[in-house]
Amino acid sequence: MKTKSAWTRKDLVGLEPLTREELGTVLATAESFKEVIGRTVKKVPALRGKTVVNLFYEPSTRTRVSFEVAAKRLSADVINIATEESSVRKGETLIDTGRNIEALKVDIIVVRHNCSGAAAMLARRMRASVINAGDGWHEHPTQALLDMFTLKEKLGRLDGIRVSIVGDIAHSRVARSNIWGLTRMGAQVTVCAPPLLIPPGIERMGVRVTHKIDEALDGADAINVLRMQFERDSGDAFPQQLEYFKTYGITVERLKKAKKEILVMHPGPINRGIEMASDVADGVHSVILEQVTNGIAVRMAVLFLVAQANEFIDPKGTSKK
Amino acid sequence: MKILIRQGRVVDPANDTDEVRDIFIDKGVVAESAPEIKKGADTVIEASGKIVLPGLIDMHVHLREPGREDKETVETGTRAALCGGVTTVLAMPNTDPPMDSVENVRRLSGIVRKTAAARVLISGALTRARRGEEPVVVQELKKAGVVALTDDGASVDNIEVMKEVLLQAREAGLLVICHCEDKALSGRGVVNLGYMSTCLGLRGIPREAESKRVERDIEISGMTGCPVHIAHVSCRESVDIIWRAKQKQMRVTAETAPHYFSLSEEALVNYDTNFKINPPLRTVEDVAAIRGGLKDGAIDCIASDHAPHTENEKEIEFDRAAFGVVGLETQLAAGVTELVDKRVLTWSQLAEKFCVNPARILGCGRGHLKVGAPADVVVIDPAASWTVRGEDFASKSRNSAFLGRTLKGRVTHTIRDGQVVFTYAPAAAA
Repeated sequence: MKTKSAWTRKDLVGLEPLTREELGTVLATAESFKEVIGRTVKKVPALRGKTVVNLFYEPSTRTRVSFEVAAKRLSADVINIATEESSVRKGETLIDTGRNIEALKVDIIVVRHNCSGAAAMLARRMRASVINAGDGWHEHPTQALLDMFTLKEKLGRLDGIRVSIVGDIAHSRVARSNIWGLTRMGAQVTVCAPPLLIPPGIERMGVRVTHKIDEALDGADAINVLRMQFERDSGDAFPQQLEYFKTYGITVERLKKAKKEILVMHPGPINRGIEMASDVADGVHSVILEQVTNGIAVRMAVLFLVAQANEFIDPKGTSKK
Repeated sequence: MKILIRQGRVVDPANDTDEVRDIFIDKGVVAESAPEIKKGADTVIEASGKIVLPGLIDMHVHLREPGREDKETVETGTRAALCGGVTTVLAMPNTDPPMDSVENVRRLSGIVRKTAAARVLISGALTRARRGEEPVVVQELKKAGVVALTDDGASVDNIEVMKEVLLQAREAGLLVICHCEDKALSGRGVVNLGYMSTCLGLRGIPREAESKRVERDIEISGMTGCPVHIAHVSCRESVDIIWRAKQKQMRVTAETAPHYFSLSEEALVNYDTNFKINPPLRTVEDVAAIRGGLKDGAIDCIASDHAPHTENEKEIEFDRAAFGVVGLETQLAAGVTELVDKRVLTWSQLAEKFCVNPARILGCGRGHLKVGAPADVVVIDPAASWTVRGEDFASKSRNSAFLGRTLKGRVTHTIRDGQVVFTYAPAAAA
């Protein structure tokens, strides 16, 4: 597999520090991997002999499975560690856990953690590559990359497109990563939520803020609908479920006022009837399942790029042909 | 022991002095101060090109003993103090057990007598177990030797309890130090609420959590006639409130800490827990307001809020890490670098913030170099640049917000009660 251009980062912690060129490299690399996963034999030897650990401190099925499939398509060995079965519960710190995993000569650690900054902390201390699979409310870079990949595939470009993100912006790592990535690629981003769920100072991240769903839909090329987590036990004030659907839920009626070709996205899992009506999720505008497929290609690209950039992975170049 | 400090620039604002002089120390006191002194001494300190200040008085120090000797002890904390030119510290009462009873205060006094390298003043709690519910017996604590009362680390939420304890404190003539934080507002926040908390995805602490409580505590001071001292002021609104209260002749004084005039919340970009502090680092505008407050007198003093923590409590996820930073060994250099060098304060004003005003607020009779005064003196090389490194600290803990930064101003000698108790010795290998 050839690299499209220089990628020198050993880790992917967030999209905030990435340049337009780096983002372009990931998307272009993902494009060639998408071709791979369309073949009958969906596997390349790029990471043969490498080990990827999925270290998940939060329950997650789809992101974990997506990384697992991506790593396997690259011929890497994959180990899944979930909090329930690890020594985390015995009081081991994140850094100690990371060091122990590293001592097993693992090459890439994919980490999901409920504390913002956890992936950054691990990345700073590990020689192995660290990929952030979601840290607290901070970032979920591969989710945003797959959203961007899907948008680019559908619309042909990211520069100048209009994307609205609707939902709990304040507590969303998906929103933050999308905002950084999309704005850097030249897209215009609007965030839409009740005032309670808009975090202070978000305009400085380069987005427009609205509290009206119709404004978010008006003229948008795509709408990215976030999952509302009403079960969240944060102690923070939160709107009522039914009230939320009435005011912000995406329905077929609401979409009639939007652009005819508007794309509807969702990072999943969907709360049908809460943030989105069922007939929208399954309707013509929805690209939700394509996002899932693209997630494999994007995660293959990220695994591949960080592995290549990290000398530690391949000091003797044994896997190079 | 006779000590002669020769030809240093003596900055002693309490005596209106800022000039090159000799100082002769004998029998523990400043024996003579003149343009030139020709006397034999056991120790001669050539201070030409250096600054000579009264020993610093740090009103906000967590010595952690008893209870958390793994973080700091009276001995290590006071050694750290001397390295930073601090000859007197006020020990905060949030130890384990806390300083809420005569028994506990006596226990700490005993430790201080045996192990303290610098002078240690003891503060008592405002309420039992620092829970904000039941006032301590103020008169008894005073008899046991406390010089101030505070629940530092917590604010007394209940107004009636706060009033009650302030009334008692006024009767006893004790200063009350207020940790101003409305927990109902700060909640589980870990950084300043605003753009940075949004970028980092961390829970924010609104500035009102501090400023509203500053307002309330000044109001209760007015109702009860008991002076209050506001600890660790971090935001513009608090500075404004204190300034207005002072205009109205309210009996309020205030301190800030070096991190609040040196660092803003942007430092948090890498989730470095050495910037996790309560109150949190604020915006650049707040840093400017704190500097302004120091300049115009809204803020009377600089105190370190020296808060040592072990690596186990800092080298973990940001949300879970302990709040606080050490500061005894860096505060003076931070003041030189950020305030004197940047022309926010003159040397004389810096000495007011570090020496004169804390002495006045605590009524401890030091902080100046008048003939006859106890000889607590610090000699500083104002031009010496040094890089802050955790392994160089005398403190047991290394959780400094200034690690890796280059600061100007190096303490070369610290003299306490007429004894040279610290001399800077550059590493031989260097």
